[in-house]
Amino acid sequence: MSDSLTDVVPVDRPTGSDDRGTDPAGAPEPRRRGPVRARYAVALAGLVVLLALPLYADAFWLQLGLFAFAAAVAALGLSLLLGQAGQLSLGHSFFVAVGAYGYTALAGSSRTVGVSRQAGLALPPAVAAVLAVLLAGLAGLLFSPIAARLRGIYLGIASLGLVFVGQHVLFNAPALTGGFNGRNVPDFTLLGFRFGTSSEETLFVLGVPFGREEKLWYLGVAVTAAAYLCYRNLVRGRPGRALRAVRDREAMAAIMGVPVSRYKGYAFLVSSMYAGLGGVLLALAFGRIVPETFGMALAVEYLAMVVIGGLGSAGGAVLGAVFVSCLPAVLERYAAVLPGLAPAGSAGVSPAVAAKFGYGAAVIVLLLVEPGGAAAAGSRLLAAGRRFGCRVRSRRIPHPSQPAR
Amino acid sequence: MTQFLQLLVAGVSLGAVYALLALGFVVVFKATGVVNFAHPALLMVGVYATARLRGVNHVPFALALLAGVGTAVALALLVQRLLVHPMAANSVIAVSIMTIGVDVVAQTEIARRLGADILPIGDPWQNRVSSVFGLTVPQTRLAALASGLVLIAAFFAWFKLSTVGIAMRAVAEDPETAALMGVRRARVAALAWLLAGALAAVAGLFLTVFPAPGLEPATGAVALRAFPAAILGGLDSTGGAVVGGLVVGLAEALSQGYADQLSFLGSGFHTVMPYAVMVLVLLVRPSGLFGTRELSRV
Repeated sequence: MSDSLTDVVPVDRPTGSDDRGTDPAGAPEPRRRGPVRARYAVALAGLVVLLALPLYADAFWLQLGLFAFAAAVAALGLSLLLGQAGQLSLGHSFFVAVGAYGYTALAGSSRTVGVSRQAGLALPPAVAAVLAVLLAGLAGLLFSPIAARLRGIYLGIASLGLVFVGQHVLFNAPALTGGFNGRNVPDFTLLGFRFGTSSEETLFVLGVPFGREEKLWYLGVAVTAAAYLCYRNLVRGRPGRALRAVRDREAMAAIMGVPVSRYKGYAFLVSSMYAGLGGVLLALAFGRIVPETFGMALAVEYLAMVVIGGLGSAGGAVLGAVFVSCLPAVLERYAAVLPGLAPAGSAGVSPAVAAKFGYGAAVIVLLLVEPGGAAAAGSRLLAAGRRFGCRVRSRRIPHPSQPAR
Repeated sequence: MTQFLQLLVAGVSLGAVYALLALGFVVVFKATGVVNFAHPALLMVGVYATARLRGVNHVPFALALLAGVGTAVALALLVQRLLVHPMAANSVIAVSIMTIGVDVVAQTEIARRLGADILPIGDPWQNRVSSVFGLTVPQTRLAALASGLVLIAAFFAWFKLSTVGIAMRAVAEDPETAALMGVRRARVAALAWLLAGALAAVAGLFLTVFPAPGLEPATGAVALRAFPAAILGGLDSTGGAVVGGLVVGLAEALSQGYADQLSFLGSGFHTVMPYAVMVLVLLVRPSGLFGTRELSRV
C-alpha cells in the first residue's frame, strides 16, 4: 500500500509524441526545423491577436481576460507543484491570498474607513508587487518544513488546513485586510504610468480610449507570458528533471543525488511565489478584495484548472485556467440563449451552478478518459494528424524504474 | 468546573461523530489507497435524503434515517463501481483528485436544491436537554455519543473478528498476496465504500441536529474537519481515526467553550482549531500519531 503511494502521478506519462519515437536511452532526437518554425509562427500570431484584442473587445471580455491571466499564473504554480513535483496541494488559494493582500497592504496607504483603521505602507505599487510575491514565497517557505516531509496525499490534506487558517486570519485582521468588507486595491503604476482610469486625461490608442481594463490587459499579457516562459525554462532544465525524478520515485531520485526534501521545498517555494503573483493580478482585476474569495472553492478551482489542462503542462495550465475562470461569466452572459439555464435567483440551474457542474464533470471525465488532460488530448490529435512534432509537454527522460514496475 | 465537564462531554460526543467520519475515510484509504475527498458529499447526500423524507414526506424518523443511509451507500457504491474502479490502475493521487470532482458535482447539486434554506432534520430529540450527574447536556449529544460508541465498537468487532473484516485487513496489508489467497479485491473495495457511505450518513445526522440548525451548504465544511482527524491519527490506522476524531472534537468543543478567554485568536477560532492541531501533530510526526512510518529513507 505504502509502495503504491510513492509512485506519485504517472498520470502525465506521455501519451502523445514523447513515448513513441524516442529511443530507450532517451537521447533527445534532433529537432526538425520546419515544425519548430511553424510553432513560432503560431505563437507569434497568438501574441499579435492578444495584443490587438483591447482595440476591439469591450470591457466585459477584457475584465474576463484579466481574471484568466491571474488564474493562469497561479495555475502554472500549481502545475509545477502537482504535475512536476507530484505534490498535491489544496492550499493554493492561501498563497494567492497572501499575494493579493500583501500587495494591497503594502501599496495601500493608512487611512480610516468608517470606524476601523486600515494599515498600509504606501510603497510604490511595483515595489509592493515584488514584495508581495516574495511574501507569498516566504509563506511557502514557512510551510515547507511540513511540505517537504509529507507524502503526496498527506500534504494535500495538511495544506487544506492552510486555506481555513488563512481565511480565519483574513477575517480577523481588519487592520490589514479590511475584514469582512474587504479592502480597495490601489492602482498599479510602473515608472509613472498609471494602470487605471484617470479622470484628467484619457489615453487614446488608435482612436480607442484606454481605461483601466485595457491597460491592465497588457500588464496581464506581459506577466503571463513571462511566467509561462519561466516555467518552461525551469521544467526543461536540471531542476525540472530533478523534480520529476522525485515525483516518479523518491528513493531513485535520492540515489541519483537529488536532495529530495530540499527539492520538494523548492517546488513549494516557487509554486507559492507563482500563486502570489497570480494573487497580485487577481487583486488588480477585482479592484476590491474580500476574504470570502480565497476559500476552499478557489483552491479546488485551481486544482481543476491544472487537471483539466493536463498535469505538468504549461500550455495546459493556461488553457485550463482560461476555461475554469471564464466559464461562469460566459454562461452568465449567454444564459438567455443557452437551453436549460435559468437566470440567477430563479429556480432551475443558474449559470454559476452550471459552471461548477461543468468543471466538476470535466475533471471526472478527463481523468477517466484522458488522464493527461487537454494537453494530452491536443497532442494526440496533432500526432494523429501526421506526427507533427508537437512539443506540448516538456521532454522527459524515461527513467530506469519504469520498465521494471 | 461544571462548564469544563459539560464541554468535555460535548467534545467527546462531537469527537465520536468525527471518529465515525474518519473511520469511513480511513477504511477506504486502507482498502484502496484512495483518499476519498467525496466523503463530505456522501454525508450531505445521506442527510439530505433523511431530512427530505422526514420533513416533506413525514416518514417515521427511523425509516428516514435508514433511507438516508441507503442513499449514501448507493451513491458510494455508484462512485466506486463507475468511477473509481475503472481508474484503479491509475495513480492513487489521480483517483483522489477525481473524487474532488465528484465532491464538487454532488455538493453543488445539494446546495442548489437547498438554495438559501436550512433544512431541519426532524429528529426525535429536538432541543431537549437531560441532566446527567448534575450536568445539563442536550439529548442530541447523548444520542451522538451512544450511537458513536456503539457503531465504533461494532465496527472494530467486525473488523477484527469477521471473515470479511480479516479479508479487508489482508488487502490493506498486502493487496497482491491477499488476491493470491483468494480475496476478491474488487469486492473488498466496494465494501469499504459501502461502509464509508453508511458511517458518513449516520455521522451527518449528528452534525446537523441541535445545536446545529439543520442541513445547510456549509455542513460540507464541517464534515471536512474529519480529514484532519484522520490525518493526525494516521491515515492508515483505524484506531488512529478514533483517537484523532476524539482529539479534534475535544479541541473544537473546548476552544468554542472558552472562546472568551481565547478572543485574541479571533472570533470563530474553533472552526480552524482542528487544522491547527493537525499541523502541530504533523510537524512532530509526519505520518500522524499511529500511522505507518515510511521506511524508504535513503
